[in-house]
Amino acid sequence: MLRFILRRSGLALLVALTVSFISFSLLFLSGDPAIAIAGESANAQDVAAIRELYGFDRPMLVQYGDWLWSALQLDFGDSYYFRLPVADLIADRLSVTMTLGVCGILFALLTAVPLGVIAAIRPNSIIDRIALFLSVAGQAMPSFWFGLILIVVFAIKFRILPASGADSWRHFILPTIVLGYYAMPAIMRLTRAGMLEVLSADYIRTARAKGASEGRVLFKHALRNAIIPVVSLAAVQMGFMLGGSIVVESVFALHGAGYLAWESIGRNDLPTVQALILVFALFYIVFTFLSDVLNAWLDPRMRSS
Amino acid sequence: MTDDPLLSVRGLTLDIPTGGGMLHAVRGIDFDLNRGETLCIVGESGSGKSLTSLALMGLLGPKIQRRATRMSFDGTDLQTASRRRLRQLRGDRMSMIFQEPMTSLNPAYTIGDQLAETLRLHRRVSKAEARARAVELLEKVGITAAESRLSQYPHQLSGGLRQRVMIAMALMCEPELIIADEPTTALDVTIQAQILRLLVDLQREMNMAMILITHDLGVVARVADKVAVMYAGELVETGPAAAIFGNPTHPYTRGLLNCIPIPGRNERGARLGTIPGIVPSLVGEVRGCPFRGRCDQRIGPCDEAAPLRHLPGGHDFRCVHPDGHRHEELTA
Amino acid sequence: MTAIPDAFEIVGPTPAQQLRKRMFGHQGFLIGAVILVVLVAIALLAPVLAPHDPYAQSLGDRMLRPVFMGGTWDHPLGTDHLGRDYLSRLIYGARVSLLIGAVAAVISGVIGTALGVAAGYFGGRVDTVVTFLINVRLAMPVVLVALAVVAILGGSLSVVIGVLGLLLWDRFAVVMRASTLQIRGREFVAAARAVGCSTPRILLSEIMPNIVNNLIVVVTLEMAHAILLEAALSFLGVGVQPPTPSWGLMVSEGKNMMLFEPWLVLIPGAVLFVLVLAINLMGDGLRDVTAPENRN
Repeated sequence: MLRFILRRSGLALLVALTVSFISFSLLFLSGDPAIAIAGESANAQDVAAIRELYGFDRPMLVQYGDWLWSALQLDFGDSYYFRLPVADLIADRLSVTMTLGVCGILFALLTAVPLGVIAAIRPNSIIDRIALFLSVAGQAMPSFWFGLILIVVFAIKFRILPASGADSWRHFILPTIVLGYYAMPAIMRLTRAGMLEVLSADYIRTARAKGASEGRVLFKHALRNAIIPVVSLAAVQMGFMLGGSIVVESVFALHGAGYLAWESIGRNDLPTVQALILVFALFYIVFTFLSDVLNAWLDPRMRSS
Repeated sequence: MTDDPLLSVRGLTLDIPTGGGMLHAVRGIDFDLNRGETLCIVGESGSGKSLTSLALMGLLGPKIQRRATRMSFDGTDLQTASRRRLRQLRGDRMSMIFQEPMTSLNPAYTIGDQLAETLRLHRRVSKAEARARAVELLEKVGITAAESRLSQYPHQLSGGLRQRVMIAMALMCEPELIIADEPTTALDVTIQAQILRLLVDLQREMNMAMILITHDLGVVARVADKVAVMYAGELVETGPAAAIFGNPTHPYTRGLLNCIPIPGRNERGARLGTIPGIVPSLVGEVRGCPFRGRCDQRIGPCDEAAPLRHLPGGHDFRCVHPDGHRHEELTA
Repeated sequence: MTAIPDAFEIVGPTPAQQLRKRMFGHQGFLIGAVILVVLVAIALLAPVLAPHDPYAQSLGDRMLRPVFMGGTWDHPLGTDHLGRDYLSRLIYGARVSLLIGAVAAVISGVIGTALGVAAGYFGGRVDTVVTFLINVRLAMPVVLVALAVVAILGGSLSVVIGVLGLLLWDRFAVVMRASTLQIRGREFVAAARAVGCSTPRILLSEIMPNIVNNLIVVVTLEMAHAILLEAALSFLGVGVQPPTPSWGLMVSEGKNMMLFEPWLVLIPGAVLFVLVLAINLMGDGLRDVTAPENRN
């Protein structure tokens, strides 16, 4: 188990390093970053000065090493727009995004797992069909559009929930639903498929032969085994969701890290964008790592090997 | 021993709806089992042996339709009993050992948890008492260092050990009836004999009735009190073991016995018997003797029905011929 | 009397006939396919079907309501904030969505299949490298990276297609790798190798035909994914640029008027939803009818 964790964290580090390089090199995609900072109308002298100030005249790899070394100390440079340290900007906004992510995954789990279990117990029943419809619709629903519909219905028509902002828990309800619905289909399908598979397993028959009640068979014997892959999927989805929060945050004007990313892209604020890409990627990497470890820990077969 | 049999089955019929029509998997089975007795059900795969045992335990899938004129366990009608009542019987007074030890234990729980669960489902005992009983039974089924095994998971045990655990689990509540569905088929040949010996010893020691499902006639010859020969969903011959082996009457039983070597009967190097042909389809209406397609004693009336015939000593068989032989052959 | 079937007589339809029968018997697949065919036809026939020029502004006719909300048949679905005919823009928007979806899926399909098949067939180091690349790709936040790159390079149709094509190959690689791994160990591949077939020949004529079903399923799902992403990028203002009629852009433009004219948002979003739903239904249906466990 320890060896597995070590190997897995080595891989995570390597992936993080590669992603950091890719997000750094984005800066050079535009050609000359100095022009980007100085603006289209700047004269050659200003551009040269900026180039020297930011060190753009050095070889790219040297600049990357520099950037990475600072990034390791949580220094991502200053935002071109705010003229403030990027790290402070992001730290400021992160709590909104994290709150949204946690609420979203909880919402997804609390709806998808029960639906998946019921659908598996009664295949082809009405509930199974509803669950299937919800999951098919969820995968086709553009999240920005779903968000706008919720705003039209709950904020404009019935005026029971706020449309934008992050001032109270009520502001998080609609964004949570939109973000959670994004993760729901996959979790539901996996729960249903897992339960169906487990329910036909020999050890379920053994549990019944022991005289266990149907509820005990379902929850103690079946769900315990079917939930293992669901837990790890949820962790992975959580990583995806944080990356996807950019759309939801912009729809609901939630000033989180995703919103910051959107604003910064519009303002050509490359250091902020770079840092955010790296931060979101790190979230994903950490969550998949946790998911693998959790999976190994939940499954006795992997725990002991 | 009371006069009433522990388990009494009459006219047990199992139908499975399929895309191509109704599959009549088991048709009109009768048998009785007394306390402490061993009944061996023999037959080839697909003959309905396992389905019959699952039907007795009430563990059939929801699609399978079960009918019987009688199915009673120690006075309890298994057909009309509530689900709750059946749950109380299962694992406590009647328990089952399955064919696949590798997959029949829950991978998520320790051996100790799973053993203790059986006892705690049926008896008001503390966790410590359940553990003590689990250790006792693990020792009984010949597992060394039983105490330390309790915290192990199924995947850490070999197939033979897992089947011993399954046996221990089935015996936790000292059942009166144990149903073993080919308990050794999935195991190594060297282990098979050990496990079977263990099962039979424990059965005698605890005075349980046992239904042993197998296609190994060598085993049957050693352990059975009664034998039931099953073919394509019907019991073609039933009776005391001595009668079946001493006077096999149904052509199928005779064919089966010819397939195994018996020292003294078969000459060295002589060919063993085979039964040519395939099992008929049981989808749709099934009429006549199911064995007639492979039977060398076949005559015209076999297409209509095979009547149940009685020999002395509770020895029954189903065949057109009063003694299982075509007449000309007797005179020849 | 029971008929005892002859064990050696092979009766019944050929595998191709069976597949066709299952496809036409699969409700989801049928619904998805019909909707998709209709939408593709509309996109192809846009110049014939559109009642107006999708770019023609008419500042006097701004935000006319659709006919079912009291508008006139001159503009069946009303007009947008610049007085452009909404129906015509929707019809031309189908071209944008389908084009982006299809081309992006093909690009990412080529990349992902090449990587996945190579990893699955050669194994060893190749597999290690490809698996690592998949991990890196999955770690990149797609929306954010796509937004950033499109913003830097400028939002033209070809840039959006290119960026999506380069970002969405992960599922192809994962599925193709797994499928190839399954096929690689089969006897007919060993046989082809034994009679001296070259590696490219084995890949093309032994491996590919056996994994192409899975490939088609992923193509449909990724096409839907690309269409949704393009819409999201355009909605965020960093995708296809105005005045191109993109459904995501139309939702974004209608957003400001949402308080008074919610249909400006509802209509293009609903069309987008239906298109993606149709493609997904088709993909799921294909997976169901071609899944090996459905063959008996």
